[in-house]
Amino acid sequence: MPADVAIATAKVLFALFLALQIMGLGVFFERKVSALIQDRIGANRAAIFGFAGLGLVNTLIADPIKFLLKEDITPAQSDRLLHFIAPCASLVPALATFAVVPFGDVLALGGRLINLQGAELNVGLLFVLAMASLGVYGVVLAGWASNNRWSLLGGIRGSAQMISYEVAMGLALIGVVLTYNTLDLQEIARAQGRLLWGWLPAWGILYQPLAFVVFLVAGIAESKRIPFDLPESESELVSGYFTEYSGAKHLMFMMSDFVEVVLVAALVTTLFFGGWQVPYLARDGFHFPWGTAVALPSLVVALLQVTAFALKVIAFTWLQIVIRWTLPRFRYDQLMRLGWKGLLPVSLANVMVSALLVLLAGRGA
Amino acid sequence: MKFQYVPVLIAFGLGGLVAAVFVAAGMFLGPRRPSPVKEAAFECGNPPSGPAWGRFSVKFYLTAILFIVFDVEVVFMYPWAVLFRPLGVFGLVEMSVFVLVLTVGLVYVWRKGALEWD
Repeated sequence: MPADVAIATAKVLFALFLALQIMGLGVFFERKVSALIQDRIGANRAAIFGFAGLGLVNTLIADPIKFLLKEDITPAQSDRLLHFIAPCASLVPALATFAVVPFGDVLALGGRLINLQGAELNVGLLFVLAMASLGVYGVVLAGWASNNRWSLLGGIRGSAQMISYEVAMGLALIGVVLTYNTLDLQEIARAQGRLLWGWLPAWGILYQPLAFVVFLVAGIAESKRIPFDLPESESELVSGYFTEYSGAKHLMFMMSDFVEVVLVAALVTTLFFGGWQVPYLARDGFHFPWGTAVALPSLVVALLQVTAFALKVIAFTWLQIVIRWTLPRFRYDQLMRLGWKGLLPVSLANVMVSALLVLLAGRGA
Repeated sequence: MKFQYVPVLIAFGLGGLVAAVFVAAGMFLGPRRPSPVKEAAFECGNPPSGPAWGRFSVKFYLTAILFIVFDVEVVFMYPWAVLFRPLGVFGLVEMSVFVLVLTVGLVYVWRKGALEWD
């Protein structure tokens, strides 16, 4: 039992480490991609002890330090306890969700077969949805506790937006569950290792293309980024629900924003793009469709899978940041129309059509 | 299989640790020079016009109610989706009836204008 706990801790630590590393890369993209899109150089002037040689990397190190060195103000009129809880309620569920995202198949180590997933929950998908719902609390508590008009408006906008898109997100996931008949994320990732017609990896997007689009849109709305950033829309609401936050707590809100971006990327990868699957890589090495086989030790296979997972997640993080810097912001009525009149009927139809197709295809699908 | 939830607790513990480190670092590293003006509500430089805890648009309540209605339906669909293959045609017919009722509700709400936002 102690060994199990130690292994579990190591796995969860690794999952969080991976998530936070990709988050750092996401911030790097945010600065550099935006600079590229807007035809400017981007942040390159931060100097640490007079050393500015690393350019943007210096900025990435200096940014969080500067946040931590600022005064952390609690407004006099606010609800002090809720004001304190809100950033934690935003950050902790977002981080904890990574515990159920599988980052590899199995690793044979010292006679043990370690499942490369932080928490091997058989209801992983429900856990993800539960954590996504908990994310709403951070927003609404921050908006309410600040006792500031901008914050309150941002908070209720955010909560209405997040719950609206959660319905569509849940319905999109039902299409995925219909395809794989399990709520276990690791099982879903493993099921995507099969080959169609002997050569095409059976990734989820082939079965559920519509669910992928709905899930990605709803996911971006859940993470409150442009074009869905009405809760913070700085041109109307100063900074929305975190107007009254400064210093470390402001940093926590910024961080949970980026963690959610990485989380959406990780879930899209796991559900629709094979998760850690490398095409033609099985537990004992490569088996190419043209008959060549390359045997590899378990450690190398696991490393390849973790790398593939990380690269896919990075690609989707990058995609979300490009979207964020490309599109303008929606109006609130457009946002609600897209959620309730667009995504909801589409995902409902997707569920019924998928069910019909699964039934018609019998065992084949 | 109770053990599968222990890592979830560990994950929450680690997430809480990250949050605690940030809060503590902010407390100890940042300066602390409070002043009445600094602690006032930020209303773009104007003097704050009283507390913000007031009334807001009823639309938001409506959205919350609609969310509860539709989200509970979605929760009902998860066990169905997991067991869909064993249920077969029976499952499809059952869910079609259920979704039909749900769609009637959606059409009603739509026609009533509850989804309009202006």
